[in-house]
Amino acid sequence: MNSLIELQRLTKVYGDDPEAQVFALNDLSASIQYGEFVAIMGPSGSGKSTLMNIIGCLDRPTSGAYLLDGRDVSGLEKNELADVRNQKIGFVFQSFNLLPRLSALDNVLLPMLYDIHVELSSEEQYTRAAEALASVGLEKRMHHHPNQLSGGQQQRVAIARALINRPPLILADEPTGNLDSKSSVEIMDLLHTLHQSGVTIVMVTHEPDIAQHAERIICVRDGQTVDDGHCAEKPL
Amino acid sequence: MKFQKILRIAWEGLMLNKVRSFLTTLGVIIGVASVIVMMSISAGAEAAIAEQINSLGANLLIVSPMRGVPGAARTLLYEDAFAISEQVIGISGVSAEQAPAPQTVKANGTTLESISIVGTTADFPAVRDYAVAEGTYFTEAENDRKLKVAVLGAGLAKDLFGEESPLGQSITVGSTKLTVIGVMQTKGVVADIDYDGRVYLPISVVFQKYMTTGSVMRADAVRTIYVKVESQEKIDSVTTQITSLLATRHDVDPAKPDFTIQTQQDIIATQEAATAAFRDLLAWVAGVSLIVGGIGIMNIMLVSVTERTREIGLRMALGARPNDVQTQFLLEAIILSLVGGLVGVLLGVGGSLLFCAFGEMRTALVPLSIPLAFGAAAAIGIFFGYYPATQASNLDPIVALRHE
Repeated sequence: MNSLIELQRLTKVYGDDPEAQVFALNDLSASIQYGEFVAIMGPSGSGKSTLMNIIGCLDRPTSGAYLLDGRDVSGLEKNELADVRNQKIGFVFQSFNLLPRLSALDNVLLPMLYDIHVELSSEEQYTRAAEALASVGLEKRMHHHPNQLSGGQQQRVAIARALINRPPLILADEPTGNLDSKSSVEIMDLLHTLHQSGVTIVMVTHEPDIAQHAERIICVRDGQTVDDGHCAEKPL
Repeated sequence: MKFQKILRIAWEGLMLNKVRSFLTTLGVIIGVASVIVMMSISAGAEAAIAEQINSLGANLLIVSPMRGVPGAARTLLYEDAFAISEQVIGISGVSAEQAPAPQTVKANGTTLESISIVGTTADFPAVRDYAVAEGTYFTEAENDRKLKVAVLGAGLAKDLFGEESPLGQSITVGSTKLTVIGVMQTKGVVADIDYDGRVYLPISVVFQKYMTTGSVMRADAVRTIYVKVESQEKIDSVTTQITSLLATRHDVDPAKPDFTIQTQQDIIATQEAATAAFRDLLAWVAGVSLIVGGIGIMNIMLVSVTERTREIGLRMALGARPNDVQTQFLLEAIILSLVGGLVGVLLGVGGSLLFCAFGEMRTALVPLSIPLAFGAAAAIGIFFGYYPATQASNLDPIVALRHE
C-alpha cells in the first residue's frame, strides 16, 4: 500500500431528519498515490466541495475511513485535525487568503506559528520562508504587502505558504479562479514544477482546460466518483 | 515560544485599529481610575475626621448621658464633674459643658440670630486643647461667682466686631448683658460643630440665665463632661473609676449605667460608621463603571471576531487549534484591560495627588486600592474576553473561510 490518500466508502450526510437527509458523499472510494497530480472535477452540488473539505481535514466524514499518509484521520477531534492540517496539508485557495496587514514573508511564516513539532529558531524559520518565496520566484518581493502584489504574485505567496511546513500534500481549491489567463498559466507552470519535484498535488476545479494540466482527473457526481479519468463537465 | 507568538499576534490585532482599541480601554481606564480616586477621597475624608476628633484634645474621655434611657439626661450633674475632679486619680482636668437653646446675640449694632452658646468650666481650654487667642478665659473663681463674662469663637468675634477688638465690649446674649473677656483661636468645624461660631460662657451663668424656665431638666444638669487623662495608659483605669463613681452617685448598676464614657477612638469609629455607607456607595459606583468598561471590551471583541471571521478560518486551515484561536482573542481582551488598568492606576494616583494639591478635597491614597483595581481590571479582561474568544474558537473553519 503506497497511497498518500486512501478514501474508503466515505459518506457525508447533512441533516438529522431522516426524511430530509442529504447525502453529499455516498459510498465514495478513491486513492491517490504519492507524487500524483490529480484534479477533482464535478458540477456544483456534486459533492466535490465536501470531498475537498474532508481531504483537507476541515470536515469529518459521517462514515467510512480516510487514510492520509498512512494514518486514519476520519475520527480525529478538532485539535488533532488542526495538527494534521498543519503538518500534512498545504492549502491554496481561490481567493489567496493572505492577511493584508502582514508582509509576504510573514504570511508565509504563518503555518510555522502553529507547528507543534518542529522548533526552529527565528532565523531558521526566516531562512526557510525566504527560500520558499524564492522557490516561487518572489525573492525580491518578500517585504511587500499583499496589496502591493498582483493577483498572480499573491497566489504565489500563498503557494510558498503552503510549502513552508513541507507537507506531503498540496490541496488547491480553484487556484486560478480569481486570476487572468496569463497569471493562470504561470500558476499552473509553478504547480507543474512542484509536481516534478515530487510534491503530491490535489486540485479542485471546474475548468476543464485547467484540469487538463493534471495527470489524472477524478470526477464526482451525486456524491460518487464516476468515470475516473475521463471527466468532461457539462456546462450548466 | 508559541505563547509569545500568539501574544504578538494579539498585540498586532489590537494595533490594527488603534483608535478603537484606545476607546475600548477608556472604559477600563475610567473605571480603575475612579476606583482609586474614590477610595482615596473617602480615606482622606476619614483621616480628616480622625484628625479633627483628635484635635478635640488628647487622651480625652467623654462622659455623656446614655441615650434612650428615660431620665438619664437629668442625672448627669454639675456635681458629678466636681466629684470626678476630686476623687478620680490620673486625670489632669475636667470640663463640664452645657448647651442651652441657641440665642440671639446683639453687640456693636449687629444682631445675630440663633447663635450656639456653651456653658463651660475654667478647665475648658486646657481639657479641649483649644486656646484663647486674645484676652483670657474666665477662672474657676469667676465661674463660681457667676460673673457675666463671655469668650467668643473667632468667627463670631469677627462677625460682631470686624477688625475692632472685642475685648471689654459688652454683648447681649438673649436678655443678659455680658462682657467679652476673650476670643478663642480658630478651630473650624469638628464633628458637625462650628467651634468658631459659638459663645463660651461660665456654666454657672448658663444654669442661672438660660436653663431655668419651663425646662424639665434640672438646672444644673450637664450635657457632657470632658475628662482629660494624664496619659494614654491611664485611660482604662480612669474609665473604671468614673464608671463606679458615677454609678454610685446615680445609684445604678455599673453594668447598666445611665451614662456613657467614650474615647476619641469610639467617636472616630462612630463617625466612620456614618461615612462607611457613603464610601461603600462610591466604591460600588466605581465598580459598576469597571464592569461597564468590561462590557465595552466584550462588545468590541465580539465585533472583532465577526470582522475577522475569515482570518480565523484561515488560521484554522493553516493548523491553528481552537485553543490557539481562543488564546489569541483572550489575550487581546486581557491586554486591553491590563493596559487600561495600568493607565487607570496612573491616572487614579495622579488624580488623587492633584485633588490633594489643588483641590479643596483631602485625599489619602489607599495602597491596597492599586492592586485591587488592577486585579479587578485583569479579572474583567478574562471574564468578558472569554465569551468572544470562545465564540471565535468554536467557528467552523469551512464556514469561516467562506465568510465575506
